[in-house]
Amino acid sequence: MEGFTPVSAILGGAMIGGSASLLLILNGRIAGISGILGGILAPPSRETAWRAAFVAGLVLAPLAYAGLEGSLPPVTVEASFPLLILAGLLVGFGARLGSGCTSGHGVCGIGRGSPRSLAATGIFMTVAVLTVLVMRHLVGA
Amino acid sequence: MAKTASAFAVGLLFGLGLLVSGMADPAKVLAFLDVTGRWDPSLALVMAGAVAISAAGYRLARRRGRPLLAPRLDVPTRRDLDGRLFAGAAIFGLGWGLAGLCPGPALTILTLAPAEAVTFVAAMVAGMLLFRLVPAARLKPTAALGADT
Repeated sequence: MEGFTPVSAILGGAMIGGSASLLLILNGRIAGISGILGGILAPPSRETAWRAAFVAGLVLAPLAYAGLEGSLPPVTVEASFPLLILAGLLVGFGARLGSGCTSGHGVCGIGRGSPRSLAATGIFMTVAVLTVLVMRHLVGA
Repeated sequence: MAKTASAFAVGLLFGLGLLVSGMADPAKVLAFLDVTGRWDPSLALVMAGAVAISAAGYRLARRRGRPLLAPRLDVPTRRDLDGRLFAGAAIFGLGWGLAGLCPGPALTILTLAPAEAVTFVAAMVAGMLLFRLVPAARLKPTAALGADT
């Protein structure tokens, strides 16, 4: 085990869960990022504005973090550009085909006890672990 | 207007949570997924904290009934498991494991790692648009499009 950060993990997780709860209690909506982003890509509707505002909040979060914390969090992207493109295509297509991603299925869906979300989260976690196993320990990329 | 403002504030809180927890850092996500390497279990606690609070929030929202700023709760009701769900989750997991990035973190780090995050987000949007082009009939037409979580 290395770099284990239990306190910030639980605190940050509670903030994510709190955000999902607030969106449900205020706007009656699920905080599924792929669904929200996918909704913006659909023809404009009465739902487009709040979705765009939510995404704007995500994008501006580092600014708020810097204001509160006085520094920026560490972010390291190890993947090469071709790999980022392939990964992005798979993540975008897969999230829409599977009706959700880490937030919609993993946080909101499991919180509701949805069997679909439990199944989806089990599958994407397993496949992601196997992918890292192959990439890091078998291919050595 | 109030619905838009609240969505912005809630999105900001979501992004802050991703940054505080470490979930927005692809290197930390990959360290969590790397169970046979130098495993960092932090993200299990992120998930546990997030699920616990979102479960409590869901129960509260259900008990209250009508949301404060909307006429009704808009929550997925399907409980059936189908091939589309399995295939989509598997494709998503493959992409997530390749780069350590999923949709929320990718949008949150757009300003922190611009070149990489913009590349990933552009490809992710392309993947979503590609999905819209594929005839639903070829993809096990059991689900209503757009009913995503």
